[in-house]
Amino acid sequence: MKYQDEYRDATVARKLQQAIADIATRPWTIMEVCGGQTHTIVRYGIDELLPEKIELVHGPGCPVCVTPLELIDKAIAIASRDDVIFCSFGDMLRVPGSRSDLFDVKARGGDVRVVYSPLDCLKIAEQNPNQTVVFFAVGFETTAPANAMTIWQAKKRGIDNFAVLVSHVLVPPAMEAILSSPSNRVEGFLGAGHVCSVMGLEEYEPLSQQYQIPIVVTGFEPVDLLEGIYRCVRMLQQGQVGVDNQYARAVRREGSRPAKELIADVFEITDRKWRGIGLIPDSGYRLRGEYQQFDAEQRFAVGHLDVLESDKCLSGMILQGIKKPHECPAFGNQCTPEHPLGATMVSSEGACAAYYNYGRLLRSKGEPAEPYVPSPTH
Amino acid sequence: MCLGIPGKVVETYEEHDVLMGKVDFGGVSKQICLSMTPDVQEGQYVIVHVGFALQVIDEAEARQIFAFLEAMDDLDELSVGNPESSAETLP
Amino acid sequence: MTHVADVDRSTCPIPRNDYERVLLGHGSGGKLSADLIQRVFLDGLGNDVLSALEDSATLSIGSDNSPGSDHRIAFTTDSFVVKPLFFPGGDIGKLAVYGTINDLAVAGAHPLYLSAAFILEEGFEIEQLRRIVASMDEACTLAGVTLVTGDTKVVDRGKGDQVFITTTGIGLHRPSYHLSIHNARPGDQVIVSGTIGDHGITIMSTREGIEFETALQSDTAPLNDLTRTMLSACPSIRLMRDPTRGGVSSTLNELAVASAVGIELDEASIPIRPEVHSACEMLGLDPMFVANEGKLIAVVPENNAQVLLQAMRRHPLGRDAAVIGNVVEDHAGMVVMRTLIGGQRVVTMLAGEQLPRIC
Repeated sequence: MKYQDEYRDATVARKLQQAIADIATRPWTIMEVCGGQTHTIVRYGIDELLPEKIELVHGPGCPVCVTPLELIDKAIAIASRDDVIFCSFGDMLRVPGSRSDLFDVKARGGDVRVVYSPLDCLKIAEQNPNQTVVFFAVGFETTAPANAMTIWQAKKRGIDNFAVLVSHVLVPPAMEAILSSPSNRVEGFLGAGHVCSVMGLEEYEPLSQQYQIPIVVTGFEPVDLLEGIYRCVRMLQQGQVGVDNQYARAVRREGSRPAKELIADVFEITDRKWRGIGLIPDSGYRLRGEYQQFDAEQRFAVGHLDVLESDKCLSGMILQGIKKPHECPAFGNQCTPEHPLGATMVSSEGACAAYYNYGRLLRSKGEPAEPYVPSPTH
Repeated sequence: MCLGIPGKVVETYEEHDVLMGKVDFGGVSKQICLSMTPDVQEGQYVIVHVGFALQVIDEAEARQIFAFLEAMDDLDELSVGNPESSAETLP
Repeated sequence: MTHVADVDRSTCPIPRNDYERVLLGHGSGGKLSADLIQRVFLDGLGNDVLSALEDSATLSIGSDNSPGSDHRIAFTTDSFVVKPLFFPGGDIGKLAVYGTINDLAVAGAHPLYLSAAFILEEGFEIEQLRRIVASMDEACTLAGVTLVTGDTKVVDRGKGDQVFITTTGIGLHRPSYHLSIHNARPGDQVIVSGTIGDHGITIMSTREGIEFETALQSDTAPLNDLTRTMLSACPSIRLMRDPTRGGVSSTLNELAVASAVGIELDEASIPIRPEVHSACEMLGLDPMFVANEGKLIAVVPENNAQVLLQAMRRHPLGRDAAVIGNVVEDHAGMVVMRTLIGGQRVVTMLAGEQLPRIC
């Protein structure tokens, strides 16, 4: 695939690995914000290729992981109704609610469907006029334009048997929450590439200045991550702050104007609760007044639900990069992908799942991997 | 943020007054909403996330890292996918 | 100034342990399936033959039970529930015939006879049934087996998804071959007969909600001629398996555990069609977990690997055969892959159902 294969090239990766090793003279702690980046790092074994002094910690950029428990429970309640076709991205189906998950609802006869794009919901709504199609609108800013367009089209085309359960969260407030915490260890950020494709770089500049921290907006392929880490380490070594754009092939400084306009038309900023972290003011989206008719929470008046919390899962500390998955006592025994205790183990983007699935159970501490020399046959 | 992959726009059309396109991802293709990239031309590449194109890929910027590494080190060793190609002739 | 809520407070739900009901994940060939087999089936029915969990059972019939006797039979069964019934490259009938033949073939046996049981939903079109049967007939002829007995049941409309087919097969073991999932040894090479993920991605391309356009076809095919060729060229083959549901990763993990060995894979060596690769990228799927049909994995002593590979590549069903890894003493029971960029990754078994993702 063009614009992908070349970013997975072993020789290029090795050169970047060497470049990082050459310039890093001090220990640095860098956080990659986005779950997709965590996935790549663990799936390709990138952090093992870095010098020991560079520590990568994994951030809360997993919208699946941070969707509040109450909302999962509401989703389950709505999906269990006979008059509802509940549509969701695949990621959400196994996230545990207080007592159950969406997969369970499906097993008990609920009409729960996986969709690739939110627009698919409109087709389903038109084909099933006697049911209400409810879409679980989860995501960061990256997914907001798609969800906004879908809601905008529903209104324009008069598709009334459609509603959304909104759980949108925003990256800059999350980064600020981490930076302002007394236990923060993060010295540099790899910014979320696709979030910035939509929103641009501007809102990260004040953050960078206020906390005096370099932010390198980074892509998702192994070469992107390695280049992003290289650029971040270089800034740290040189005492530079500011926003750097590694992912310039897909990120413009101003972001995407059509996308931002669409978001502003349909959504407005609101406070949001983040699972594992707590309430962060002005950290999410909700539907604007003119689109309230599509709000599933209002339409189905799900009301107060008894939310069951337990004590074992450390998702919160992992989402902030304070603990690593293998430092959690439940990791790998009580908590595994088949029997997840928390969202970070369920979502394939969650740090715990990534660690588990790519086998960090046996990760030995402290030994950096040998630089990989590709054989001539490659 | 999340899963966004590069694809080539092979045709564009309007559906419900919205710009749509057929995008090819190396042998599989899908109908993608192009409303966020209204100026995209057939033959250009876009980043696609949940059925929507987010941005047109900037070809010049895409070559930067390879140019940077060339400048940093020996050009000969660089074999990006096809051993016979050099950075200037990326497919 | 915003500050994070008390970091020591955790917000997690009660853990889900045993599921009370069957989930789709129990059928996907990964860990949930394995769990169901252990907890329910082996617990209730276990015996030595069943518990070996080979793709087919090896039975001795008659008074002469020595390992070299001519009366060792291979016996296997499989059910087919695929939707859609007709897909690019095949249909449920073909799958039902080839799937069972392949379980016999990879055991090293010569497939001979099949039975077929049909569960039909009231209202299912007879014309479609005719098409399926014609396809099965063609498949049996191509593979050189005879379908000798069968059964049909009909259930009420809404109680059975159009048609389910169960086929059972019998084959004859050749006296000199004793392939088993317990046979792998450190030093052995792991070979795959061709590109991975073709079948699963073809099926996925037809799924409502995630469908996409592609020229890709299912790789369903009878492997008995290939296996015969392979064993002829290389009698020292340790074992063969066909990686169906759960993908190559399930098969390799099963054999790593059964043989108590580690497996090391080289990602760059794994053959995959560009379309399968692209579809997996688009949907966020891992090709190692995607179902295959007319493909097999073979484990062979190192010295014989090249001879076997050449023999496979001369066969139409083995053109893309490749060595994808080797068996080691380390990390017994685990499969570790060296990634494209040189890092390491453990390839675990699929937990439940692999779902498309956006993150």
